[in-house]
Amino acid sequence: MPVRVIETIDIKRLDILDEKGNVDESLMPALSDIEIKGMYELLTLSRTFDHHALSLQREGRMGTYASIFGQEASQIGSALALEKSDWIFPSFREMGVYITMGYPLHMLFQYWGGDERGVKCPEGLNIFPVCVPVGTQTPHAAGAAMAAKYKGDKIAVACYFGDGGTSEGDFHESMNMAGVFKLPVVFICQNNQWAISVPRERQTASKTIAQKAAAYGFEGVQVDGNDIFAVYKATKEAVDKARRGDGPTFIECFTYRMSDHTTADDAARYRTKEEVDAWKAKDPILRLRLFMEKNGLWSEQYQKEVEEKAKTVVDEAIRTAEAIEHPEPKDMFTYTYEKLTPRQIKEMRDF
Amino acid sequence: MPKLNMVQAINLALREEMQRDKNVVILGEDVGRDGGVFRVTEGLLEEFGAERVIDTPLAESVIAGSAIGMALYGLKPIAEIQFMGFIYPAIDQIFSHAARVRSRSRGRFTCPIVVRAPYGAGIKAPELHSESTEALFCHMPGVKVVVPSSPYNAKGLLISSIRDPDPVIFLESTRLYRLIKEEVPEGEYAIPLGKARVVQEGKDITVISWGSMLHRSLQAVGGFDAEVIDLMTLNPFDEETIFKSVKKTGRVMIVHEASKTGGFGAEISATIAEDEILYLKAPIIRVTGYDVVMPLPKLEDYYIPTVERIRKGIEEAMKY
Repeated sequence: MPVRVIETIDIKRLDILDEKGNVDESLMPALSDIEIKGMYELLTLSRTFDHHALSLQREGRMGTYASIFGQEASQIGSALALEKSDWIFPSFREMGVYITMGYPLHMLFQYWGGDERGVKCPEGLNIFPVCVPVGTQTPHAAGAAMAAKYKGDKIAVACYFGDGGTSEGDFHESMNMAGVFKLPVVFICQNNQWAISVPRERQTASKTIAQKAAAYGFEGVQVDGNDIFAVYKATKEAVDKARRGDGPTFIECFTYRMSDHTTADDAARYRTKEEVDAWKAKDPILRLRLFMEKNGLWSEQYQKEVEEKAKTVVDEAIRTAEAIEHPEPKDMFTYTYEKLTPRQIKEMRDF
Repeated sequence: MPKLNMVQAINLALREEMQRDKNVVILGEDVGRDGGVFRVTEGLLEEFGAERVIDTPLAESVIAGSAIGMALYGLKPIAEIQFMGFIYPAIDQIFSHAARVRSRSRGRFTCPIVVRAPYGAGIKAPELHSESTEALFCHMPGVKVVVPSSPYNAKGLLISSIRDPDPVIFLESTRLYRLIKEEVPEGEYAIPLGKARVVQEGKDITVISWGSMLHRSLQAVGGFDAEVIDLMTLNPFDEETIFKSVKKTGRVMIVHEASKTGGFGAEISATIAEDEILYLKAPIIRVTGYDVVMPLPKLEDYYIPTVERIRKGIEEAMKY
């Protein structure tokens, strides 16, 4: 018997908006001028939030923070494809997703300032709190999707993680579960090329991360993660597919972490300035601006207005966060169980 | 009233809770078509369908983790881990998430899951099929730990665990599964979590145990005026019942199958020493498994506390 090829895998890559602001019209998603401007404003707001967060940390007004600098298009482009009724399981580097979904900005500053009250997701939104242990949120996405399917809800579940997260066992177990049960999950990997100091090629020997989905029996696609149109289009298609009951999709957003891993890290120890500089030209906000300029949607005056508005909103959020009274020490007991245990009641007498 | 063994009693509790509440679902390895390796979930797939009795891929972490996701979405999942020795891959999900969902989200999300696992030795099983590491879970705030000792209280405790708004680790002694039959009523009755049970009253010594060791303890106390307490819930445990008994007897023995160092007996012992030392007439005695890796079947009978070892413990305490 001859050896036969019994399976082949094709991995698609989607690019729509290039670094010079040109788009491939044949792939361009249907977006109104107002929607495109909305994207630009969210990108700017998220970057402003991020820069202010870094400053606050340096001034000692906030704790360790994981910057989203460079990854804004991956986050905002994907989140814009979601509805408020969808469920989102983020990692710890998704402030752009929170902001896009309308999460109160001051609560994000509150959380990064060490106040747990900041991650109480407001009613009407289904964003799970920041997940610190890498990749461990992926099973929750599979479980929530399974519950939604059981209840007959036509929602999608979005699960965010990075290239490092794809090395974790939970990632593989969850992808497998999603494939087996055809769950309405969109796995969104922000491949930012670095997991702290370990480069992408040391996480996996596979050529792309997207191809991992093939092993679990569903589609994986790579998109230019700095191209907001491509990220939006790929996510929208995946979300629609999930809602139709056609199962999960894996999206690899090929992007770059322009900042250190967190404010506690120094990326200069392990990567070159040349590498970082090369990615500056691929900036997601710059290329959308160039596109808008070409299409009469951008002016110096508009830029000024967008920047000022973002700064006002972020400054106001910081003021609100910093004006919140310090939590009561007793507060740490409140949410361990629904009811206090007899021992906790005794322990609380210390306060 | 039907006489049931523990497997049948747990099966009945699962069946009745699933009939009562459509949000109750079961997931795990071989829980559906096979009815579980101990047949605890037998017949449930046929009655409730594959959407509610879910045969999962062989992956403990995602079994626990997806149960958490289901709970966040409003279901009440019961995850079965096939043996306690295989729960370790799921500990990350239980500790890093199930235990802290309520606190991390400040009550916006909760995690009413039950993780059921057969535990303990005495059935001549292969390696890692005989673990009794309940103390690991007792150390983690946010998780409750329940260990039934009889068919009747297994049913009542499981009903309470399923209805509990927080995550519960529910450990079922493999040795007890088919050892005892007793009357187990049909229909609803709940045994509250966090409450111990005085199995027999006595004046000279308080014997505290749970799960399979409760039965060995009851065999060992013959001839002594011993008060025997079945702890039932290990975390949060019923200090009040213990203190009341210790005040009366002035002597304490704790019996558990797990190894001694860091075992849950240490916590009980320290609690009694902190609060009731002035009532004690004798040192607190612990009769436990040894500080060794759980041996394979040829030596397991030497590892598990025997009636004789427990008796010696009582005799030691009675010297004072």
